Amino acid sequence: MIVAEQKPFEEIKTKIANANKVLVVGCGTCVTVCFAGGEKEVGILASSLRMASKVDGKEKQIDEVTVQRQCEWEYLDTIKDKIGEYDLVLSLGCGIGVQAIAEHFPDARVAPGLNTAFLGLPLEQGVWAERCAACGNCILDLTGGICPIARCSKSLLNGPCGGSDEGKCEISGKDRTVDCAWDLIVKKLMARGELDKLLEIQPAKNWQTSRDGGPRRISREDLMLAKE
Amino acid sequence: MAEATNGYKSGSTLEKILRAGKFAATAELGPPKNADAEVIRKKAAQLKGIADGVNITDNQTAIVRMSSIAAATLSVQNGVEPIMQMTCRDRNRLAMQADMLGAYALGIRNLLCLSGDHQQFGNHPMAKNVYDMDSMTLIRMVKDLRDGNKFQGGEEIKGTNPRFFIGGAENPFADPFEFRPYRLAKKVQAGVDFIQTQLIYNVPKFREFMKRVVDLGLHEKVYILAGVGPIKTAGAAKYMRDQVPGMEVLDEYVQRMEGAGKGIEDKKEKAAAAREEGIKICVELIQQMRETPGVAGVHIMAIEWEEAVKPILERAGLLPRPVVE
Ligand code: SF4
Ligand code: SF4
Repeated sequence: MIVAEQKPFEEIKTKIANANKVLVVGCGTCVTVCFAGGEKEVGILASSLRMASKVDGKEKQIDEVTVQRQCEWEYLDTIKDKIGEYDLVLSLGCGIGVQAIAEHFPDARVAPGLNTAFLGLPLEQGVWAERCAACGNCILDLTGGICPIARCSKSLLNGPCGGSDEGKCEISGKDRTVDCAWDLIVKKLMARGELDKLLEIQPAKNWQTSRDGGPRRISREDLMLAKE
Repeated sequence: MAEATNGYKSGSTLEKILRAGKFAATAELGPPKNADAEVIRKKAAQLKGIADGVNITDNQTAIVRMSSIAAATLSVQNGVEPIMQMTCRDRNRLAMQADMLGAYALGIRNLLCLSGDHQQFGNHPMAKNVYDMDSMTLIRMVKDLRDGNKFQGGEEIKGTNPRFFIGGAENPFADPFEFRPYRLAKKVQAGVDFIQTQLIYNVPKFREFMKRVVDLGLHEKVYILAGVGPIKTAGAAKYMRDQVPGMEVLDEYVQRMEGAGKGIEDKKEKAAAAREEGIKICVELIQQMRETPGVAGVHIMAIEWEEAVKPILERAGLLPRPVVE
């Protein structure tokens, strides 16, 4: 899923400073699951902002709504009648949600309330970690299901580098929280007797399928509606 | 079109010395954190005729320094053969190949391919990193430019192609230990000609690594230069032991460095005693490396202490250097 984190409260306050009527829009999908922008977080943030505006002596109207998915037009349609009433929409969706609102409602002014961080998963209660960099050409079968693009700090395809230290990446520092992806890959494949996979040199990656090839788009004829 | 190199891959002095079966000795010349060519001249003067080649580091530890291509060129001009380092951190394949064409045109003949330290360590942790390639695919690219006469993208090189003696690094002390010899095998397969290792302060473990390397027959396909270096202070020994990822320093060396200068009051004399001990340890390590099967030479990393290289090699009995051709 997409993992995001709420921006610091002070930053959010600055972003809405010039607006009197603000609609805080949550999203019921990824950011609900990572406790950043679901109905509950929207409620807490909206009331904190209301309170703060009162304290600052310029009370704002701050309303709230959460749609099931901010990144699909049909769910956004559920707020189309009210969105025009606000000078600012504060989206607690991921970066895609923010843009979907901006695209679907061209007249609306939108501000992001979250920092979209990565594609990942929850490791334990309160901890999320990155797992995929959406490189557009998945090679997980070669690496024991562990992604070297997203999880090696240098995206090496023929690791590990010389900084791998007792299972940790050289960038780890003192808290040693960053695993060396290549240590994981090598140990897993060696234990499975798949050394041959590791011995094969992975050629330089073709990054055209990644962001480097320009903004990406998928078009599928089989799913497109027939043209009238 | 390949230039005539009399059967040598690159014709560099380092290549000739290794091919002749002589025990090689390389050193390091760190470019300055400024634009002063004089720094290179001074360091080169200390290493001229002493080392067979000197590594010109490429923004080492991700700290901005004079570019390795410029410093290597100055080194050539000052009569010291450079081993130009190139990392994958700061350049993509276009920039790397462009620099290789330029470096060769400027007379540089040895190229050491590295992935490079992550920028987090340096003075620009906020920078975007590149890592278009890794050290393995970089080695392959340099080999293709030389032997395949083609760019990484597949286009043929018309005219002079860059013909480098290709170096790589290996850290026998990085994890996972059991995979390191195989990773070296991959670099050999990719086309590396010589390897310089991480600093060795744990000889038994290095020998275990070398035994596996020899068992795999790799020492016959690649020249392995063992990394050694003089320690300046007991603090430096401890720092390397405790703080540097992928480095191992046996306690005995830390203790020897602490013991040197014990009882000496005068600060200067105390520091000199420690430096002397550091040089002594380095000379012993070189001796142990010469006795280790599969080792073709030593790479002396006397960082910001270039003047130590001469006494070390002298005492190790490695001076004067052999003259080739
Ligand atoms: S290889 Fe590419 S697509 Fe597969 S997990 Fe890694 S980044 Fe994602
Ligand atoms: S230590 Fe491991 S994860 Fe970190 S950069 Fe090196 S190979 Fe990649």
